Amino acid sequence: MRGGSFSLRPRDPFFTTTRRYVDRTAVLETDFTTESGSVRLLDLMPIDDGGRTLRPMREVLRAVEGMAGTVEIEVRLDLRPDYARRRVRPRRRGRLGWTYAWGDEVLVVHTDMALRLEGDALVGTVTLGAGERRYLSLAYTKSDPAVLPPLGKQAEERIADTIHWWREWAGHCRYAGPYREAVVRSAVTLKLLTYALSGAIVAAPTTSLPEAIGKGRNWDYRYCWLRDAGLTTQALLATGYREEALSFLGWMLHATRLSWPELQVMYDVFGRTRLAESELVHLAGYAGSRPVRIGNDAYRQRQLDIYGEVVIAACAALAGNGRLDTESARMLAGLGDVVCRQWRESDSSIWEVRGPLRHYTFSKVMCWAALDGLLRLHDDGALTLSPTKVEAFGRERAAIEQAIERRGFNAAIGSYASVLDGDKVDASLLLMACIGYKDASDPRMRATYDRIHRRLGRNGLLYRYERFDGIDGIEGAFGICGFWAIDNLAKRGELAAAEGRFQHMLAYANDLGLYGEEIDIASGAALGNFPQAFTHVGLINAAVAIERARA
Amino acid sequence: MNMSLVYAVLWGLLATVAMTAVLRASQGFGWSRLSLPLLVGTFFTGQRDRAVVWGYLIYVIGGWLFAFLYFLLFDSIGLYTWWFGALAGLVHGLFLLVCALPLLPFVHPRMASEYHGVTAQRQLEPPGFMAVNYGYGTPLTTLAAQTLYGAVLGAFVQLAN
Repeated sequence: MRGGSFSLRPRDPFFTTTRRYVDRTAVLETDFTTESGSVRLLDLMPIDDGGRTLRPMREVLRAVEGMAGTVEIEVRLDLRPDYARRRVRPRRRGRLGWTYAWGDEVLVVHTDMALRLEGDALVGTVTLGAGERRYLSLAYTKSDPAVLPPLGKQAEERIADTIHWWREWAGHCRYAGPYREAVVRSAVTLKLLTYALSGAIVAAPTTSLPEAIGKGRNWDYRYCWLRDAGLTTQALLATGYREEALSFLGWMLHATRLSWPELQVMYDVFGRTRLAESELVHLAGYAGSRPVRIGNDAYRQRQLDIYGEVVIAACAALAGNGRLDTESARMLAGLGDVVCRQWRESDSSIWEVRGPLRHYTFSKVMCWAALDGLLRLHDDGALTLSPTKVEAFGRERAAIEQAIERRGFNAAIGSYASVLDGDKVDASLLLMACIGYKDASDPRMRATYDRIHRRLGRNGLLYRYERFDGIDGIEGAFGICGFWAIDNLAKRGELAAAEGRFQHMLAYANDLGLYGEEIDIASGAALGNFPQAFTHVGLINAAVAIERARA
Repeated sequence: MNMSLVYAVLWGLLATVAMTAVLRASQGFGWSRLSLPLLVGTFFTGQRDRAVVWGYLIYVIGGWLFAFLYFLLFDSIGLYTWWFGALAGLVHGLFLLVCALPLLPFVHPRMASEYHGVTAQRQLEPPGFMAVNYGYGTPLTTLAAQTLYGAVLGAFVQLAN
């Protein structure tokens, strides 16, 4: 079975499309061209005005306008809520349009095009001449009487307000380098991935878009990974989005109270901790890629790197900005205690490898970063640690560093290794320079960079690891790893190489400047859930690193 | 009837709170999307956040004042029992569902209607007959809330006598 759809396109099947975002906004503009003429479609989610007027809880607004000649447009809305497990038929509501209602949820379809019922789908056609405009509004409400958004002039106002809001928001971007367009697009994408009510940022808005077509590498990414916290906060702060960074940090400190002092790998946008994975066996999957999963069992894993991520996020957000409140300080200090107790244990690593736990070098590095960050916050006066804790954190930090340098670095291969006493590498080791554990110019770091590129590099891209993880199918190159490499080059001062590599990475974005989690080496196509916050975070941080190297 | 005004005020408020709790719980549990406070509040303002707050306030005061009509009813018939209160509440609920709510699109300044469509001013979804537009559970939950309201008031006069 297939999921639902909402299509609006020319009836003539031989049409071509070009699309773009309206400059510095999240409003999508698509041009359809046929032999008889062309039309332009705007897709947007109108910005909420904060309760100043009656607006629907959520709305998708589509406005289509004839540009030249005449084009016959066909619309088809096939709604299948609850992952197509519910059958819902639309009900005609006179001049109010059509409604789909299930449970305490209602979706109102309001349009100035004539729609009719075909099976369970709403369909319609309209012929547009140059200058003619039609609107389609999908308004969703839960638990309240629905609000039916007006069309025409009022729809135009919502479009104009939304474009204005995004442009003003994008105008706050502090990055002024040559890659501003890509950086703004990444920042807008991160904003779109933010749950407005809590400040939580999801890894991606989709589930089960495959990392290998037709294989089992299909996961649900509609959750917030603490793994992404440190780098995401740095990216938001570096581009001037302090409010978003602090909201994210605030959500993180709040959500993690349920599991504190231990941290869970991931939470949902509400901070819920039980995210049990299940398979939707009735769905065909993208390009036949089954299973389609909801929930993610990675939440049960142990990943020691997340302690460092949360502390790095706090350090970045607080740098030079005074003291933490007592509760937050107590929470962060508690994380240090857990690190001291657990850093000698094995885990599943940043890559969430399913199967036996191992002693991953990068996990140890992030444990080091957690203690180092807490001691720096103490030195800066942002929090106060007891003398006993200062002594314990300092002692354990030194012990971790010793373990990394003695057992994490393999002299035989001349590189840090993926696991202690191992002989393989993984791309997370590049982050050792990005987070400040090691100078990017350090001989050990340079050698690791070279080794990673020899073992994991293809076509200027990087796979994330060289180990077979037991799951069917070969995944693509990992988008963010390429940006970590650029960060290393920039921190070494190799500006030309960093810029060349950055431009190479930009070529792998889709026509809208968006990235998935992975990139297919052969075709350059995006793989995995889409768009991926982590990849866009990598792009921003790499662009900022280049700019700092240039300064 | 033998009861002090102060106690009548208190029980009127208690009955309103019980009724509001049932209606709000019906929304929370997903049985109905009817929100009388929102419908009442949007009579006076188009700002959603203010409408909800004002709506609750006016709704509670209205429910509390309505209690005195119930007391008058009990007194006029001379029946002071919880079940008569419940019956009065049930009839009141039926009137609300069958007559009052379907009339709203013609008197509410911000409610759309299936005849006149949506305008810049009128955007609220109309309730329809028995308010089923807000979910098929709405008639039952509304009747339950109104019946409870009447039963609480009836129980009070029964105890007071």
